[in-house]
Amino acid sequence: MTSLTQSLWVLLLGSLLGFELIGKVPPTLHTPLMSGANAISGITMLASLTLIQQAGGNTPLQIIGALSLGFALFNVIGGFLVTDRMLAMFRRKGNS
Amino acid sequence: MNLSLSQLPQVMDLVAVLLLSLGIKGLSKVRSARAANGLAALAMALAVVGLLIQSHPTTTTWLWIAVGLALGGLAGVVTAMKVPMTAMPETVALFNGCGGLASLMVALGVALFQGAESGGVERVSIAISLFVGAITFSGSIVAMAKLQGWLETPAWTQSSLRHAVNLALALLCLGAALLLWSEPAGPALWLEVVAASLLGIGVTLPIGGADMPVVISLLNSYSGVAAAAAGFVVGSQLLIVAGAMVGAAGLILTQVMCTAMNRSLTSVLFGGALGGATTSVGGGGSEAGYTRITSCSPEECAMALEQAERVVFVPGYGLAVAQAQHSLRELAKLLEAHGVEVSYAIHPVAGRMPGHMNVLLAEADVPYEQLIEMETINPEFPRTDVVIVLGANDVVNPQAKNDPTSPLYGMPVLEVDQARQIFVVKRSLGAGYAGIANALFELPQTAMVFGDAKAVLNGLLSELRGMGVGKEKALV
Repeated sequence: MTSLTQSLWVLLLGSLLGFELIGKVPPTLHTPLMSGANAISGITMLASLTLIQQAGGNTPLQIIGALSLGFALFNVIGGFLVTDRMLAMFRRKGNS
Repeated sequence: MNLSLSQLPQVMDLVAVLLLSLGIKGLSKVRSARAANGLAALAMALAVVGLLIQSHPTTTTWLWIAVGLALGGLAGVVTAMKVPMTAMPETVALFNGCGGLASLMVALGVALFQGAESGGVERVSIAISLFVGAITFSGSIVAMAKLQGWLETPAWTQSSLRHAVNLALALLCLGAALLLWSEPAGPALWLEVVAASLLGIGVTLPIGGADMPVVISLLNSYSGVAAAAAGFVVGSQLLIVAGAMVGAAGLILTQVMCTAMNRSLTSVLFGGALGGATTSVGGGGSEAGYTRITSCSPEECAMALEQAERVVFVPGYGLAVAQAQHSLRELAKLLEAHGVEVSYAIHPVAGRMPGHMNVLLAEADVPYEQLIEMETINPEFPRTDVVIVLGANDVVNPQAKNDPTSPLYGMPVLEVDQARQIFVVKRSLGAGYAGIANALFELPQTAMVFGDAKAVLNGLLSELRGMGVGKEKALV
């Protein structure tokens, strides 16, 4: 049970952190921020990896794990690259 | 508590969480955004390496990891590189849907093959993960299809019957979740997935295109929640923190967007489409609704520009569709060489996503300082000679200020009607995405220039060049 309470603490503190991290966002950055946060939500790939590990010799489970890893990585890699592409266009010109 | 090498993975997890928070924080400032994105990506890589060190994968495990990496990684790289900037909102929706699907599949896998030995916490987490993952997936795909124009808003989704249907689906999900408690691998599993997917469709489909940015942001928040739930399923605290952070940050961003549109989240989610159903066919604002339209040729518009001292461009979705950002930049350069003061008025929700226009104009190398936000530029319109509206509609509708009966009433808009002369570049007189007629088009100082934004801008360019505009600078 301690691990559950621990996990719930982690959930609570993580949520509070998320609420505080972004306050004022300039409209310019709304799309990149959404896209970047979206890439981070692909962190679920860690669960896919764990699933493949735990599958042992269970092939159907390994296939489900590999597929979900594929979808999660599509989200993560595509998300970060696309965010970078957008932000690369904001390189500052002239002064400051 | 000695720190030994065996604790390296835990330390890496902590560093990953720190970098992720710095990443999200940095992404909200222009100066640090790009580095922050890299930081977040590094954090994710660190988390993966930490997990792999911890778990000593076998050869077969490596093989399956490689399969997933090849499939998803390749598709991700190709999509990210190929997709045009104009299709950014749909792309984010697609990525988001796949993230939700991944969480759904993890829960499904655990339930099907390890469900029997799972404890109560896992069973609850599996139900939540299935539910949120399925809604995120089907909702994101519907959002993408609507943005792509593959799906319209069917009339039946606007009747209040949909609330009953959605409520029934939600109750079905709850019932299936309760059944999962006693039998985690039973048929209730599939009932949960199907009912939650249908609920995702049922909730997203009635929402009009104008509100789609808010929906994508909210679905993004959901995919964070789905990841956190998957964290409970497999017992990964890193996953829980990261998922919770994204879920919470996504909610804040959704709130920021709602404020910009003067809409409440509940009215977006349950209020149906602005201006009624089948918005793209015209809704309340078909051509017959207009009586006092003046149209003019690019030539007349060019003459007005040549005389102007101060010109403001108002970009909208039409500019993105026509891929006209480079032509616009060229026209602006020509006018600047002629001594005209040029700026761009950016409405927070112009386009299909907040910040859409900034991204588009940045691609055409428009200087950042010339993009002026709504609050700053509104007082400037009375001293503006010419405003050119390029494929924007609802965000310049004066009825949002003066007509309490308009569905847009109360939404902050660009007050372009204060300018001396207004040209609206538009393909036809069809209604905007929200399906509402625009009083701006009928004002005496407004003239419509019909045509594709790119064609019109190129026409203006050649007219102005024909007049010798831009050449006089060489003589000075």
